[in-house]
Amino acid sequence: MAKTLAQEFSKGLWEELPPFRLVLGLCPTLAVTKSVENGLGMGIATTFVLVCSNLLVSLLRNVIPAKIRIACYIIIIATFVTVVELLMQAYAYPLYLELGIFIPLIVVNCIVLGRAEAFASKNAPVYSVADGLGIGVGFTLSLGALGAVREVLGEGTFYGMQVFGSSFEPFTFMVEAPGAFVCLGLMLCLINLAGNR
Amino acid sequence: MREMIKMVVVLTVLSTLSGGLLAAIQSSTQERIDSQVLKFVKGPAIQKILEGATNNPVSDRFAVPVGEEEKNFFVGVYEGKPEVVAFETKGSGYGGDVGVMVAVNVKTGKIHGVSVTTHNETPGVGARVETHEDFKKQFKGVPIGTETKVKKDGGEITAMSGATLTSRAVCTAVRRAGDLYGKLEPQIKEKLSTFSG
Repeated sequence: MAKTLAQEFSKGLWEELPPFRLVLGLCPTLAVTKSVENGLGMGIATTFVLVCSNLLVSLLRNVIPAKIRIACYIIIIATFVTVVELLMQAYAYPLYLELGIFIPLIVVNCIVLGRAEAFASKNAPVYSVADGLGIGVGFTLSLGALGAVREVLGEGTFYGMQVFGSSFEPFTFMVEAPGAFVCLGLMLCLINLAGNR
Repeated sequence: MREMIKMVVVLTVLSTLSGGLLAAIQSSTQERIDSQVLKFVKGPAIQKILEGATNNPVSDRFAVPVGEEEKNFFVGVYEGKPEVVAFETKGSGYGGDVGVMVAVNVKTGKIHGVSVTTHNETPGVGARVETHEDFKKQFKGVPIGTETKVKKDGGEITAMSGATLTSRAVCTAVRRAGDLYGKLEPQIKEKLSTFSG
């Protein structure tokens, strides 16, 4: 294990930033980033699942037989997703209404399964938690950023607060589904420009 | 053979633990979730169908035992008379149960209005039932206990285009409301008479 804990954490913030550098996990990225709040909520839910499932997969990595590992990972992930769903219903019901079907869909989020298979199944629990946390925070910030751009342009608000004067005509295209693709494409372009320097 | 047994044991233990954890969380959050649903989903639905009532229908409610459970009835007072009761029934839609709040005018025996509470229907298709007032308006004034059906099934209700299953679910829920009302009418009337308005 050449990398330190801090490196395992920080790689999720840039090198392996899920939606922008790896271009993974696009379904929730495109679907729920209508506003900053939704983006961050989805990111935090995913981070929770990611950290918990990474920890458990890592703890059980010597117990789980190789042939049925995927089935085991899915059970673990699905359990935590349901936990998130129940907790969100109990403590953040309006957010649950907004995110709706995309919460259960975290089960099939390729980032979560990908980290379990590629990282947690081969590394010690502490490193796996750092990895999950790093990727999760990266994912949350990416979703927040995308949500911010779309909300500011599409609704003229940031986290529900008005940013422009009343003369501002909202660019509603940005909060529609096609706007998500365009916005993601432009941001990918900018990030690649910055990354290739 | 040994490997096979190990696989079965690991999967079984994992699923059992997962089930146990989820059951524990479910039962400990159930009460909170119910109150959140009442506040954010049923509340607005009740207020919407009992529009113009002079009381607060969400707090003016009574319970009638149905089998082993208790069913909540929400009271709407119009012109000083508690004449309308709203209660929830379910019909099976495309993505699970669709909860429908049905309001009945006790005096005329006609449906006062219907409104959808909880559902998991496809966004943009079945989920339009939330805002599709023309569809829901069709139930207004129909005598409670009528066999409501969509036109495709030989009934009178025009289904929402592309969302026959959801439309059917609402019809089923309204039919069930009729059955329930038929069974409980004496109790409902008795309880209602205690509300002065």
